[in-house]
Amino acid sequence: MFTRRQALMTAGVASVAAAVASIPAAAAAKEAVAPADISRLPRQKVTLVAPPYVHAHDQVAKGGPKVVEFTMKIEEKPVVIDEEGTTLQAMTFNGSIPGPLMVVHEDDYVELTLINPESNSMPHNIDFHASTGGLGGGALTLINPGEQTKLRFKATRAGTFVYHCAPGGPMIPWHVVSGMSGAIMVLPREGLKDEKGEPVRYDKVVYIGENDFYIPRDEDGNFKSYDSPAESYADTVEVMRGLVPTHVVFNGAKGALTGDNALKAKVGETVLIVHSQANRDTRPHLIGGHGDHVWELGKFDNPPAKDLETWFIRGGSAGAATYTFLQPGIYAYVNHNLIEAVELGATAHFVVEGDWNDDLMMQVQAPSPIATN
Amino acid sequence: MSFSYTWIEAVAAASVSVVTAFTGIAWWNAPQMSTTFETVLVSPGAFDFEPTGEFVANGAEIDPGDRPVVFRRPIEIMKFQVTLGDYQRCVSAGQCEAPNTRYADTEAPVVGISYLDAEAYADWYSDLTGEGWRLPAPEEWAFVAAERFAGEVFTRGQDPSNPAIAWIRRYEEQILLDREPDPVIHPAGHFGPNSNGVADLGGNVWEWTSGCYTRIEQDSDGNSVGAPYQNCGIRIAEGVHRAYMSNFIRNGKSGGCAVGTPPDHLGFRLVKDAGFASGLARLGQTVTKYLSH
Repeated sequence: MFTRRQALMTAGVASVAAAVASIPAAAAAKEAVAPADISRLPRQKVTLVAPPYVHAHDQVAKGGPKVVEFTMKIEEKPVVIDEEGTTLQAMTFNGSIPGPLMVVHEDDYVELTLINPESNSMPHNIDFHASTGGLGGGALTLINPGEQTKLRFKATRAGTFVYHCAPGGPMIPWHVVSGMSGAIMVLPREGLKDEKGEPVRYDKVVYIGENDFYIPRDEDGNFKSYDSPAESYADTVEVMRGLVPTHVVFNGAKGALTGDNALKAKVGETVLIVHSQANRDTRPHLIGGHGDHVWELGKFDNPPAKDLETWFIRGGSAGAATYTFLQPGIYAYVNHNLIEAVELGATAHFVVEGDWNDDLMMQVQAPSPIATN
Repeated sequence: MSFSYTWIEAVAAASVSVVTAFTGIAWWNAPQMSTTFETVLVSPGAFDFEPTGEFVANGAEIDPGDRPVVFRRPIEIMKFQVTLGDYQRCVSAGQCEAPNTRYADTEAPVVGISYLDAEAYADWYSDLTGEGWRLPAPEEWAFVAAERFAGEVFTRGQDPSNPAIAWIRRYEEQILLDREPDPVIHPAGHFGPNSNGVADLGGNVWEWTSGCYTRIEQDSDGNSVGAPYQNCGIRIAEGVHRAYMSNFIRNGKSGGCAVGTPPDHLGFRLVKDAGFASGLARLGQTVTKYLSH
């Protein structure tokens, strides 16, 4: 089924290559910052880590803008997405769902080497919502199996932004719901600030990527498995068109952030939670906690909302929230469509250790028989 | 049976102790049976059993410790869990609701069964055979399960000044159990017999017992304070670990704020009360049902 598609892709790559060749001249004529200047900027190589973890970074930028180099390898592979062993023929950035969170500062240059190994079966690309022009980079990064490409874009806007694969036409939603999305966080150079301009700092950051999956079922109602993404395509599109996901999960699988993989924090620690959803609306809620400062839209030039109970992440966007844990215990971080949280999988846990604060809460009377006097 | 809280269970226990001599003797004409079950007769004995239910002292949950339980008469119990094939006969007879399950192996245990379903089956099968079949009490299940019994695998004690400590510890204990869910339905006998010759105990199908949720207040000397609280809308299922579940639940599931390891599947097996005793026990059950409606 990919023959014609691939032919189109290849043609597309050729014409894009021609277009790229002409860009430097045009840019040099119009922009103050020519490639020659960028070449003199300091460069920093970052090794990405799999979510929910985030690579080490400065909250406040040190020095001036730099070029931050990243490398991501696209991996097509089967991934188990629930405790019943249901398998998704997944497509991933760097082997994880979601792809890794990239962190830079405003006015830095993001330089991504994107690799599509020979072992993959399809062309892929990357569309950065944080970037400007070129279909978010999608038009300049379309690569076939066995190819790599390097894209540079300037991080001109501070915030959390989704990136995703967008190889054209019906491939776009399919690649996204097969796992190909992630996020980049562009921090203000002076760090995060509250509505009064006071600094907001975090002790740790976690990245939660939410995905909706659409797994076809057989006549008996059991989930089907396939030998390759191509074989799953037709059935999957049919389920996708019904707009009812079979799974809504955090970090690629039901239970990916619970039990052994539960997130950890201590009373008094401030955690920044970055939450992305590349395809579908969601509404994060921390059971027993709040959002202290919430950039629901994810864009740091807007003042954060405060003391939220639940916040809204629009499909195709990423948001950020800080919370300082005040009480020990187990916290469930859920999509507060509770059907999606409990039945479909969108639940993470924080295990928080520390001293209990009776002032904030206490059980005045343990469960006991109803008083009859 | 020293920790049964319903009088009906006391009746059942008493009746078992009276009439073991009649075991296997049909002293009235049994109706035509479409299903027979292989049973195992577990010899009388004594063992230490940590009572079910919650024990509370000074507003915090405490560990009640083990207590001796004596069975003076044998327990006759189904060797295998009730299978889908067995259960379907009750569904066909219009006396049981269809199970909440998607597989079709009639030789495998029926799963997707609530406590109420299991009770309906026991009633139907008792009526069909004229025998006294019922769910085992937790103590009976534990005694029969012997080395396969797990019960309360999580620490129960709690620090009154910081409820989160026990909460987190239980969460970590669940992780330490390190048990991968096993959703596949296996044929009866897959998990093999235990030392008593009873098959599949502690496999991936949890079994309903007749035990109800209870809560007992204790003073500092360990004496009960006031009447125990009992809720029979919540029943006890035994398996890899003990699960307290609402009596209408057919599939245990975790998620959201319910921080717990759910049973993979819910099924059941029955014990048989002998001859005269069963008549007494069934009379008791009928009376109980009448009173509770």
